[in-house]
Amino acid sequence: MNVEELQQIAGSAQEEREKFDYEVNVCMGTSCLSQHSDKIRDAIAKEASACGKSCHVRRTGCMGPCAAGPMVMIEPAETRYGHVREEDAKDIVAALGGEPVARLDPQLGSYFEGQNFVVLENVGHIDPEKIDEYIARGGYEALLKVLTEMSPGSVIEQISKSGLRGRGGGGYPTGLKWDTVAKVKGAQKYVICNGDEGDPGAFMDRSVLESDPQRVIEGMAIAAYAIGANKGYVYVRAEYPLAVQRLTVALREARRRGFLGNAICETTFNFDIDVRLGAGAFVCGEETALIASIEGKRGMPRPRPPYPAVSGLWGDPTLINNVETFANVAPIIRHGGEWFASMGTARSKGTKVFALTGKIQRTGLVEIPMGMTLRQIIFGIGGGVADGRKFKAVQTGGPSGGCMPEEHLDLSISYDALISAGSMMGSGGMIVMDDTSCMVSVARFFMEFCMTESCGKCVPCRAGTVQMFELLTKITKGEATHRDLDRLTELCEVVGATSLCGLGQTAPNPVLSTLRYFKHEYLAHIEEKRCPAGVCEFSATAADTRRGEVHV
Amino acid sequence: MSGEANVRTLTVDGEEISARADQTILEAAREHNVGIPTLCHLEGLSEVGACRLCLVEVKGARRLLPACVTRVEEGMEVTTHSPKIDRYRTMILELFFAERNHICSICVANGNCELQSLALTLGMTHVEIPYQYPQLPVDASHPRFTVDHNRCVLCTRCVRVCSEIEGANTWGVMGRGAQSLVITDLKEPWGDSETCTSCGKCVQVCPTGALFEKSSVGSKVRKHPEFLPYLRIMREEDQA
Repeated sequence: MNVEELQQIAGSAQEEREKFDYEVNVCMGTSCLSQHSDKIRDAIAKEASACGKSCHVRRTGCMGPCAAGPMVMIEPAETRYGHVREEDAKDIVAALGGEPVARLDPQLGSYFEGQNFVVLENVGHIDPEKIDEYIARGGYEALLKVLTEMSPGSVIEQISKSGLRGRGGGGYPTGLKWDTVAKVKGAQKYVICNGDEGDPGAFMDRSVLESDPQRVIEGMAIAAYAIGANKGYVYVRAEYPLAVQRLTVALREARRRGFLGNAICETTFNFDIDVRLGAGAFVCGEETALIASIEGKRGMPRPRPPYPAVSGLWGDPTLINNVETFANVAPIIRHGGEWFASMGTARSKGTKVFALTGKIQRTGLVEIPMGMTLRQIIFGIGGGVADGRKFKAVQTGGPSGGCMPEEHLDLSISYDALISAGSMMGSGGMIVMDDTSCMVSVARFFMEFCMTESCGKCVPCRAGTVQMFELLTKITKGEATHRDLDRLTELCEVVGATSLCGLGQTAPNPVLSTLRYFKHEYLAHIEEKRCPAGVCEFSATAADTRRGEVHV
Repeated sequence: MSGEANVRTLTVDGEEISARADQTILEAAREHNVGIPTLCHLEGLSEVGACRLCLVEVKGARRLLPACVTRVEEGMEVTTHSPKIDRYRTMILELFFAERNHICSICVANGNCELQSLALTLGMTHVEIPYQYPQLPVDASHPRFTVDHNRCVLCTRCVRVCSEIEGANTWGVMGRGAQSLVITDLKEPWGDSETCTSCGKCVQVCPTGALFEKSSVGSKVRKHPEFLPYLRIMREEDQA
């Protein structure tokens, strides 16, 4: 593969597209597919050939506004249809080139206002299983440029310049991480892509892998070149069968086109990627547990240092980044580090993908530039709280994050601002809660999650989460005293300070943040035996305890 | 190992000490008679850093660090005891005691139990958090040994000694979180295990009354984990 060949592939893919007057893109991400969007695609294709319209019906990944699914988008007009059913195929095809079908208007309002697509730039426009469509939109230009024009050092320099930070939650500077692994001496190095997305309500990595897997592969290959690795692994949860399938096809396609394997792009660079499936343990998202899992061991974290950069997979230097981090790499190389750094805030550059869920009008996948306020996302893009209810809190960062109240709605999103507000960026889950959510129950829900997902290796996390969960249960049943609240606070401190890995260290965060902003709710439960949200019922039966759980 | 480059000078609780570069804080501190409590650590076995009792403060580090796995560094300032650390350790011990069933008066290891001694050393006189008392099985199928999961602290010393010293890999861990259990083979009764060599090393290294010899009666169950370092040295000499 060289520049001419790449351009030729892009050209012929473009020619292929121009043969048709219209393109009908049907969302076939997990959400829309669960509403049989595959049948909609077939119906539209059948209808189109019956009417003799020159139109190409394409399967794409998630288009974003999942609440309006199944989604269909017509190109070149960029007309979007929502809540499409099989019966609508006739009208959609008939409307090609004319007025759009009014009743299928997805009512997206300001959903796309202020969004900025870098990671999701191809989403909704390409077939995730066709590598040529990715190439036609600039795919693999970056890899080719890196291999033929850039030294590993200058690749790392661009990434450092971009200010990209880890998108998995911690926010560690990506350039620094790459530089560290590159500098460690070792004949064998590995690149691992962490796709073990497990936060409740989060689906960013799944969507990226389902919609644009080649982007992740290209990012990994560039990283491998930069640090001197020849082998990569993508660790995906087995609960994401569609992502696994599309990724597997994408890897095969990339090998066929010569972007993986030996002597890539006629250079001496060799690199290949294997897929490893998670077996349903949240803790395997922690990098040392993930490495243990790939090695075939029990997925349990080990103390760091040594960091994986020095001693990772099979004791060799290993680079681990999140799916979204790798998805940012190719655009950075294509447009340069400065371009990326021009977006965002002083210390958080670029964009962030969020999975907007909960009690909100328009749920879905959004990509916003860093620095946007929570209010803009929730009330602008998301259209505000559903059913005309009152906003109460927004939860980010999954079980490691926290809940922020209305006073923090004007907070600009960045790694540091979220941490100082008692939450964290996390991998990108954003759950909106209205006044029917009991914050003690929310804290209890996340504590239960941490308790059942604790690996059991270190005692503060294994036994501490059990104790905290029981104290929270006691509060939701109205059986707790002030002494219990003190004990809960003390346990939060000890578990946070002494646990071995991030799971235990951050497990108290949902409790701490709700205690910080909603202490009156805890006190109402304890002193008045009253749940302000009307969720908890105060008797000791098991049925009442269950009703106290939140459903997000 | 000679040469000045291999020596590190560090401060432990205000006292300047020197240590070999390959030593951990724990090793260096113990060599200088500074007591740091441990439970999962055992000389002769690999470290897992799981019990969190040996956490110490290192100046400049964002978090407390486990002394058993943290290597000494030049100029390191270590604090092994402070009101905060002592409070954390007591709380961790309470979590251990409340987790399963550690009623000393009816335990075979009473008087010879590392968990019990830790409570005495650290001054943990009572447990303020509720006892969990899960109903866990006791496996007495082995002709000589018994495993009582109610007394297990999941330190995995048995797992490590079986794998690293005996090479039998009989012991393992199943389940996760509070449901974790040490198991023999694929959770078969210990007596049916085809890999167990009945060497009894697991029993000797077990810090509590979870693993014990059947003949032992209360207060006679003294264990001898100190054989491990000698065994290791003998083997190394053999190989040399």
